Amino acid sequence: MSNNVPAELRYTKSHEWVRKNPDGTVTIGITDHAQHALGDLVFAETPESGRAVAAGEACAVVESVKAASDVYAPVAGTVVAGNEGLADAPEKINTDPYGEGWLWTLKPAAPQDVDALLDAGGYDKFLAESAE
Amino acid sequence: MAFIPHTDDDVRQMLATIGVGRIEDLFDEIPPALRAGPLTGIPPAASEMEIGRLMSERAAQDGRPLNFIGAGAYEHHIPAAVWAIVTRGEIYSAYTPYQAEASQGTLQTIYEYQTMIASLTGMEVSNASLYDGASGLAEACLMAVRANRRSKSLRILMPRAVNPTYRKCVQAIAGNQNLRFEEVGYDAASGQTAFDAVERHSGSDVTAIVIQQPNFFGTLEDVDRLTDWGHKQGALVIAVVNPTSLALLKPPGEWGEHGVDIAVGEGQPLGVPLAAGGPYFGFMTTRMEHVRQMPGRIVGRTLDLDGRPGFTLTLQAREQHIRRGKATSNICTNQGLLMSAATIYLAIVGPEGLERVASASMARTAELVAELTKLNGVREAFATPRFHEALLKLDRPVGPVLDELARHGIAGGFDASADYPELGPTLLVCATETKTSGDIAAYAAALRTVLGTARAA
Amino acid sequence: MNDTHPTSKPREPTIFDLSRTGRSATAQMPPAMTAHVPAELRRRRRPLLPEVSELQAVRHYTRLSQMNFSIDTEFYPLGSCTMKYNPRGCNQYAMLPEFLGRHPLAPVSLGQGVLACLHDLQEMLKEVTGMQGVSLTPMAGAQGEFAGVAMIRAYHRARGDLARNEIIVPEAAHGTNPATASMCGMKVIEIPCNAEGDVDLEALRHVVGPSTAGIMLTNPSTLGVFERTIAEIATLVHDAGGLLYYDGANLNAILGKVRPGDMGFDVIHMNLHKTFSTPHGGGGPGAGAVGVGARLLPYLPIPVVGRDGDRYRWLDERDLPASIGRLSGFMGNAGVLLRAYIYMRMVGREGMQRIGEFATLNANYLLARFRQAGFDPAYPTRRATHEFILTMKREAREHGATAMDFAKRLLDFGYHAPTTYFPLLVPECLLIEPTETEAKETLDGFVDAMIAIQREAAEDAARLKGAPYSLPVRRLDDVRAAKHLDLTWKPAA
Repeated sequence: MSNNVPAELRYTKSHEWVRKNPDGTVTIGITDHAQHALGDLVFAETPESGRAVAAGEACAVVESVKAASDVYAPVAGTVVAGNEGLADAPEKINTDPYGEGWLWTLKPAAPQDVDALLDAGGYDKFLAESAE
Repeated sequence: MAFIPHTDDDVRQMLATIGVGRIEDLFDEIPPALRAGPLTGIPPAASEMEIGRLMSERAAQDGRPLNFIGAGAYEHHIPAAVWAIVTRGEIYSAYTPYQAEASQGTLQTIYEYQTMIASLTGMEVSNASLYDGASGLAEACLMAVRANRRSKSLRILMPRAVNPTYRKCVQAIAGNQNLRFEEVGYDAASGQTAFDAVERHSGSDVTAIVIQQPNFFGTLEDVDRLTDWGHKQGALVIAVVNPTSLALLKPPGEWGEHGVDIAVGEGQPLGVPLAAGGPYFGFMTTRMEHVRQMPGRIVGRTLDLDGRPGFTLTLQAREQHIRRGKATSNICTNQGLLMSAATIYLAIVGPEGLERVASASMARTAELVAELTKLNGVREAFATPRFHEALLKLDRPVGPVLDELARHGIAGGFDASADYPELGPTLLVCATETKTSGDIAAYAAALRTVLGTARAA
Repeated sequence: MNDTHPTSKPREPTIFDLSRTGRSATAQMPPAMTAHVPAELRRRRRPLLPEVSELQAVRHYTRLSQMNFSIDTEFYPLGSCTMKYNPRGCNQYAMLPEFLGRHPLAPVSLGQGVLACLHDLQEMLKEVTGMQGVSLTPMAGAQGEFAGVAMIRAYHRARGDLARNEIIVPEAAHGTNPATASMCGMKVIEIPCNAEGDVDLEALRHVVGPSTAGIMLTNPSTLGVFERTIAEIATLVHDAGGLLYYDGANLNAILGKVRPGDMGFDVIHMNLHKTFSTPHGGGGPGAGAVGVGARLLPYLPIPVVGRDGDRYRWLDERDLPASIGRLSGFMGNAGVLLRAYIYMRMVGREGMQRIGEFATLNANYLLARFRQAGFDPAYPTRRATHEFILTMKREAREHGATAMDFAKRLLDFGYHAPTTYFPLLVPECLLIEPTETEAKETLDGFVDAMIAIQREAAEDAARLKGAPYSLPVRRLDDVRAAKHLDLTWKPAA
């Protein structure tokens, strides 16, 4: 299985990706690898804006017909917005996981936390190790 | 040996194929110390003829009293076709419909059931049924906690006019998850949930309020007012309803300005026999926005590979076999057989039949109350419109009166005195469409005798 | 191979499509009587219920029934489900009019017959499981599990042992185990199994301790093998202060051979709809009676049938004040319990021991034949119990034919699919349980069908992907079902 792992993003071992935005917020979604593993997604539930979350806290749920999976906050912070477009079109997570399939945006409590996450190379390596 | 088809020759061939000498050898992985001795506490085998005779004798011993008990289970006429169909092997001995292609009969029946129950309760979606009404209310309370994200209190207002056994069952099932049930009293004159007692909780964080219509006393609640109050507090509203009554009464989906959030109830009145307590089934309906928080099976219509319509279990990712520890409930099955009976019952009686059953039950109960309250020492506890049950106050302990009535072949009602000691001796009675004026007269005559006898003694 | 399954019928419309305004089954109507409902409480619009004749309803639901597989019509080699014959006599004598007409709250003086049956059933279940007390009230296996874990919780709390909030579960466990533990407010700790299918004792040793409330086990395990280290497990958990819960899903395998009470279990739930042959009814009703050892007796869910001399009565809150309480509106699924009672009486003492033997014989025979035919058992060094696992990993790799494809193609051959993709940790698995009530010819027919499908997989795997072909519908679009929720019939606009 070939995985698309964009170089400019940060990653977690639970298969979230994080993009730093110019306004200091970050955008969070699940990786191409994760959407492949889950199969056709039929539902996504995103967090309400204003919610304060800890790193590793379950914030969103993505659901296929055969699996439901929690999505965790890669870093602590306050939720800015959930992706409301997914309500009618959860398949965007499958077709465009790093674009229109984003899950929520977050104002990190400590922006430097993001830099401590895996980079693309690290995530690639982690995927290769897990596949063995 | 009962229900084991093997001939000696079969066994020999099978053991040879496996490559062992005796059946006993197949158990060689079990430590010998754990092996069971003879099961002396189990009687030797009986033939179907013998056990049939024993069961017939035991059934005859119980007899067939004239029944005036309700209190959560109701005697209604069941068209003969209902159980003739559901005891067909293809329904009776079928497995849960996981293999959709081999279960279209069960799945389509569930889809039709969901449609009927959603419409009857005036709600958008229904699950495929739960175990019974009482455990269904427990599931509804747990669901309300998941669905009401704004509330953090886990507080549920539970009127005392809700069926006492339901309240106990809810505590036993949902109490393990730290839900707090706060009792709300009833008005001593009307038997309705006391609105001033409800209003005492105004402004506090309430997760949900439960409203039973008709309530345990048979009394009709002011459901619009209670529902609107709940919504104003940010609470979800859970309705507990009698399905027969919904042919006449405003459905929960239309209570107050917005309708309730979850409706549950005991499905037994819809084609399921009293059967000493079960199996029955619970129904549950809700709004589409809460469907993912609903426990239990749900069936949807979709298309097959050839683009033709068919039915399948859907939203399974909520359930225990996928979500495991995070599932909405540990429930696996619905009550398929009883759900099927209810669907066939509703199809046969139709909207007009159900309305007639409800009206006749209401009228017969009115007649029963009129007859019984003619007796000295018997009066009605509350003067409020009721459906097909009424709470009577007696001038003496109810238990011995019921025992005496049993000797006359009459199951005279439910003794509510222990659950509501503040009311003194109380008897909850019910008459459905199955009771004639003659039956009611027979009950009144027997009660007159019993009360008279007791008074003379 | 004949691709026409006998249940294949033209599409049946919904009952609502058959409805016509003003049609009704008048023979079922009570006389019209007037009821006075206050205007503000009155229903304004009639519910959407069908208006059909009695014949239309009978024909419709009879036709729907013919679109089902069932034990009465097909073989169900469905692992962990124990789909054995449901004797008709059990149904007939549980449905005698006196039993059906009895109100659950009628005085016990009018219910001595039914109570005697239930009391005898409690006693027989105690004997067959080696437990000290039984409550019949749980309405399904999952509710029995709930009762079991709730009793474990109540036991620790009554002793002031409040820190015990962890339930240990093997990773191969049924999904209900962790779901139940969560429902009881417990934390779930999963432990792995070793390559031979036994619980990893080292891992268990690592997790037991002062937080351990208990462990939930199935034995034989969900991997279809007997848990050989059960005695060690019991000692480990008991020494740590925890209790052992027995999930009775696989009780049929050891019926009459080993008793859970003798293995050291403190609490057990039984699926009467599996082991004691009450019908599945297309998904319920079941019955999940619980049995307990001495330590948990005070916590049994109520009501329980008690006996004073020759009179039976219900034991309630007054008799069992420490009970975990009531789990149903009345007393559970009485009708199911009567069927189990009749079944146990017809099978009797010796028959009970034969059940475990012949269920095991049938499973090991199937396993041997599958081995000869070149299928891969998941645990090749182990005996089958009443069930076993085949893995279709090789077929999937070589031909792209998955366990799901085999399962769906079997339907065309007139066999219900085995349990697929459970347990989750064995890839491409088929969990197969024949039960003792199937004859050798049926088992041989099933093996032959699997061999034929294996051949098809090698020659034309695409054929399998499209299966089934002969049922009322072909494979259904689950993604569409979940995304475009169509859960109720709506009149055409």
